[in-house]
Amino acid sequence: MSAALSADVRPARKPREGAFDGVIILVVVLALWQGVHLYAGESAIASPLATLTFLAEFLRTPVFWGHFGATMAAFGYAVAISSVLGVVLGLVLGVRRFAGDVAEPILAGLYSIPKVTLYPMILLIFGLGMSAKVAFGVIHGVVPIVLFTMNAVKNVSPVLLRTARAMRLSQPETIRTVLAPAVLPEMITGLRVGFSLTLLGVLIGEMFASQRGLGFLIVNGINLHNVRMTTGMIVAVIAFALIANGLLLSLDRRFGRTPGGGSRAA
Amino acid sequence: MAVVHNLAAARGVPPAPVATLRGVTRVYDGERRVEALGPIDLDLAEGEFFAVVGPSGCGKSTLLDVLSGLSRPTSGSITFEGRPVEGEVPDGVGVVFQEDASFAWLTVRDNVAFGLRRAGVDAAEIARRVDYAVGFMGLADFAAAYPAQLSGGMRQRVCIARTLVMRPRLILLDEPFGALDQQTRLLMGDELLRLWRETGATVLLITHALDEAAMLSDRVGVMSARPGRFIDLVETGWPRDRDSRIVSESRFGALTGRLWSNLREESLRAMGSKGAAA
Ligand SMILES: Nc1ncnc2c1ncn2[C@@H]1O[C@H](COP(=O)(O)OP(=O)(O)OP(=O)(O)O)[C@@H](O)[C@H]1O
Ligand SMILES: [Mg+2]
Repeated sequence: MSAALSADVRPARKPREGAFDGVIILVVVLALWQGVHLYAGESAIASPLATLTFLAEFLRTPVFWGHFGATMAAFGYAVAISSVLGVVLGLVLGVRRFAGDVAEPILAGLYSIPKVTLYPMILLIFGLGMSAKVAFGVIHGVVPIVLFTMNAVKNVSPVLLRTARAMRLSQPETIRTVLAPAVLPEMITGLRVGFSLTLLGVLIGEMFASQRGLGFLIVNGINLHNVRMTTGMIVAVIAFALIANGLLLSLDRRFGRTPGGGSRAA
Repeated sequence: MAVVHNLAAARGVPPAPVATLRGVTRVYDGERRVEALGPIDLDLAEGEFFAVVGPSGCGKSTLLDVLSGLSRPTSGSITFEGRPVEGEVPDGVGVVFQEDASFAWLTVRDNVAFGLRRAGVDAAEIARRVDYAVGFMGLADFAAAYPAQLSGGMRQRVCIARTLVMRPRLILLDEPFGALDQQTRLLMGDELLRLWRETGATVLLITHALDEAAMLSDRVGVMSARPGRFIDLVETGWPRDRDSRIVSESRFGALTGRLWSNLREESLRAMGSKGAAA
């Protein structure tokens, strides 16, 4: 019997294997980057070496950290707002099935419109600066969080709720000990998607109408023909996004997937 | 042959019914009105092992739903230990559902301990009772596994253990062995009989296996096609101290035969009405 169990449990991936894959990917990316640089020329994209030397210096200046801080602040507010708003709305719409059924196509529709077209309106409402960036981040991030959370609640098997009633659990107990753990995996996936899109929204916001932040530095680099600045900031943004996503993925692995659900995760 | 087969009778007291159903019906009022159950009249004697058989879709799970208090009957009344059952599951009733209801985020051990932890039982006692229940259900090697790592039959056993550790006085089981192979099913039946004898609990077991009903129970209620009513109540007359070896007795064949002759026509009707609806 225990043999059946050990056959079921997937052997964990060796960490060294993962590191090896990472090195290969890094080498391929650097080679591609160098290739594009040679093809498109110095005026479109800086070489990896030039960019990294530039970054090594620029990252030591307070100028960079000022802009980085501005992006982080906007991202932080935007993530907080989209998470709380998204989870609360998703829970309410999931529990009130009828409202959820009405809201779902509307949300899916909202989600599919190119949000850049709303930008002028956002600017008129919030003016230039922090609040517009935050608003733009929230617009991008909140809808997937709502949709994922709502579906997570809808997908909770009714027999689990019947079990809670058969065990005479109170409503708060049911929410805490049955509903919450049952919806958590899908909700965390929604948050992960929402985080990436929120960052995208904030950066786009910074590109169009702001004097602060990494998005501004990218556009400003283009305007000033500072190719190293543009390339360097793009690399910085990508690095940040990768790190954030990696952290969330590990969170996802820890709490998100059904424990032991090897077959589902594979 | 007068056989003593419940605790109250053993003490020489007339058995007081643990649960009663009087004129119970259940109608599902959706887009399509479905008369699912009844009218049902039934007394479950204390310590009795009662099996329910009936054609698919006849209302067996609906009967469990209303008897447990999970849903209200459309008409009629239900009592448990003398008190009316009204839309809430009374303390002392344990339910095992037909569907897999294991908690995917908890290990087997934590699943089984769930109810006890909540009830504030002290840790040593929880460990003792959980170990016993987990071993009892043949899950000892899997105590630290998650439901996703188990087969359907094993998950169902987790749910049975989770209900049994609470020591319910009335145990309602909805096709708990449905996902098991025949051999395991017989052995689990023996375990259930042992537990029933040891605890003196009253058991209502829904099953689609006629031999299981004939072998395990004191009494079998045979249900008609939907809306399910009892068309026959068969006393098996087995001694309280019994196990799966009674399948070799001649009376076992006669019992199963009687159940089937009752059910054959109803099953045909159930299939026929399904065919007409499709
Ligand atoms: N929530 C519901 N709404 C509407 N109709 C329902 C509902 N639940 C069950 N029914 C119908 O009531 C009838 C009885 O269902 P029930 O689940 O009680 O049957 P069953 O005897 O347990 O069937 P099975 O042997 O397949 O488990 C069926 O025709 C079913 O379609
Ligand atoms: Mg059923």
